[in-house]
Amino acid sequence: MRLKKKAEPALKQDHKFVTLERIVRNGFVNFGRNIWLAIAAIAMMGITLTILLFAVVANATFSHTISDITSHIDVSVYLKDDVTDGQRTNLIENLKGIENVQAVAYISKEQALKNYRAQNINNKELQAAISETDNPLPASLVISPKDPNKLETIKEYLDKPEISSLQSDPTSYSGDRKAAIDKIAKATDFFRQAGIVGIIIFIIISILIIFNTIRMTIFNRRDELVIMRLLGATPGYIRGPFIVETMLYGVVAAAISLAISGALFAVASSTLQASALGLLDIKYSGEYFKKNLWLILTTQILAGIIIGAASSAVAARRYLKLK
Amino acid sequence: MILLDRVTKTYGSNEPALERVSLHVEPKEFVIIVGQSGAGKSTLFKLLTREEKPTSGKIIVGGMDYDKLRDKDIPLLRRKIGVVFQDFKLLPARNVYENVAFALEIAGLPTTEIKHTIPKVLDVVGLGGKEKNYPRELSGGEKQRVAIARAIVRQPKILIADEPTGNLDLKHAWDVIKVLEKINQFGTTVLLTTHNQEIVNYLKRRVVTIKDGKIVSDHAVGKYKI
Repeated sequence: MRLKKKAEPALKQDHKFVTLERIVRNGFVNFGRNIWLAIAAIAMMGITLTILLFAVVANATFSHTISDITSHIDVSVYLKDDVTDGQRTNLIENLKGIENVQAVAYISKEQALKNYRAQNINNKELQAAISETDNPLPASLVISPKDPNKLETIKEYLDKPEISSLQSDPTSYSGDRKAAIDKIAKATDFFRQAGIVGIIIFIIISILIIFNTIRMTIFNRRDELVIMRLLGATPGYIRGPFIVETMLYGVVAAAISLAISGALFAVASSTLQASALGLLDIKYSGEYFKKNLWLILTTQILAGIIIGAASSAVAARRYLKLK
Repeated sequence: MILLDRVTKTYGSNEPALERVSLHVEPKEFVIIVGQSGAGKSTLFKLLTREEKPTSGKIIVGGMDYDKLRDKDIPLLRRKIGVVFQDFKLLPARNVYENVAFALEIAGLPTTEIKHTIPKVLDVVGLGGKEKNYPRELSGGEKQRVAIARAIVRQPKILIADEPTGNLDLKHAWDVIKVLEKINQFGTTVLLTTHNQEIVNYLKRRVVTIKDGKIVSDHAVGKYKI
C-alpha cells in the first residue's frame, strides 16, 4: 500500500476553526475519561466555592445588621418655643446643605407630645405629669447623618452662636450620648472593614486551593503534555483542552456549591426561625441568598471558569516549554 | 537529509555528551546508530527533535537550519519528523485510533481525511482491527507499532527511532524492525538506535558507532562492534 501524498500541506497552516472545535471536543472527552480526577477536583473546588459563598453571605448579613444599628443613630436639635416658622425653615434648609446630612425631620411640639404619650402608654403617672395645655416638650429637628462617624461637622454648625441661640437644650449629640454614639460608630466601622478584609483573605485562599488542585491534576497528566509537545502540537493546542476541562470543573463545582448552599439556607431559615443569632440574622441571610440567586450563580460560575482556566493555563506552562 | 556539522553538546560543566559529531545522512537511507548507554545516542536524538540545543555546531534536517528556527517553528519541525521512543509514549487515555489520529489532528487535518488515512496506516503496521483498544490492553510490540503508525501517518521524510526494540522481547522486536524496513522501502529516511547485535547484523545497513560522545566508526554495511 502507498499512503497518498496529502498530509504535507497541512503542516503549514493550521485550520483555526477545526482546531478550536477539536480543542473543545477534546476538553469534553478528557473530562469524561478522567472522571475520577475530575470528581476529586470538582469536590475541592465545590467546597472552596461554598465556603467563599458563606463568607460573602455572612458578610452581607453582618453589614445589614450594622447598617440597621447605625441607621438609628441621629442627632436631635431642640428648638425654643419662640422660634418662628421662617427661622425653622431656614435652619432646615441650611442643615440639608451640610454634606453629611441625609435627611432632616421636623417634630412639632404636638407631635412630640403624641410620641411621648405613645411611648408611655402604660404609665399613668407619667401621662398625668404632662397635659395638653402645658406642653413642656420642645419642638425638634431629627437629623439623620450619612456617616455616623462624621457627626462633628453637623455638631460644629449647630454650635455656632446664632444657631445655638435657637435651641432650648443642648443637642442629643453631647455628653454621654455623644460618647456612646461615637463608640458604636467606630465599632461598626471596624467590623465593616474587618468583613471586607475577611472576604479578601477568603478569596485569596480559595484561589490558592483551586490553583493547587488544578496543578495536581495537571501534574498527574504531565506525561501526556510532554508527549503532545514531542509530537509537534503547539502549546495552545495542548493547553486548550485542559483549559476547557477545568472550565467544566468550574461550572459543575459552582452548580454543586450553589445547590448545597441553597439547601442549607432553606433548612436553616425554617428551623432557626428565631431569626436572630446574635449579630447574624439567619432570616436575612436566606433572603439575601434568594434575592441574589442569579447574581451569585453567575458570579460562582464565572469565578469557577476564570480561576479554573487561569490555573490550568499557568500550571500547564512549565510542561510546555519548547526548548 | 540530515546534516550534523561538528556538533558538540555539553550539559552544565560535565564532559560533553557529544563532541564534534559530524554526520551526513542521504535521503532514503537507513542508518543504525549503535553505542552503549551513555554514549550520546539519546542526546543526538534530542538534538534532532530540538528538545535540546547544541552547545556548538550546525544541524540541518530536511532543509531546515536549526539555528534559524524560531520558537513557533518548533512544533512544525516536530511534525515533519516521525519519532518513535523506547517507552512508546502513547497517550493512555486515548485508544489506538485516537493516538494515531492525534498526530493528524494537531496538524489541523480535516476529520474526513483522518478517517480515510488511519485504517491504511494501521494496516501497514499490522494493527487493523485494534482501533478501539486502549494502550493498556496492548502488548509491548503492539504498543510500539501504534507509536510507529503515529510517527508515519504524517508521511514524514525522516523517521527517527530511539531504541524502539529496547523494551520488547525478540519476537516483537523483529515485528517492529520489519515495519521499519517497510517504511524505509516507501522512501522514508530511517535513523535507528539499538544495541541489539542480532538486529544490527541482520539488517546489513549503514552502521554508525558512537563512543564517549564521538563517532568512532561509520560503515556502509556495518556489523555490530563496540
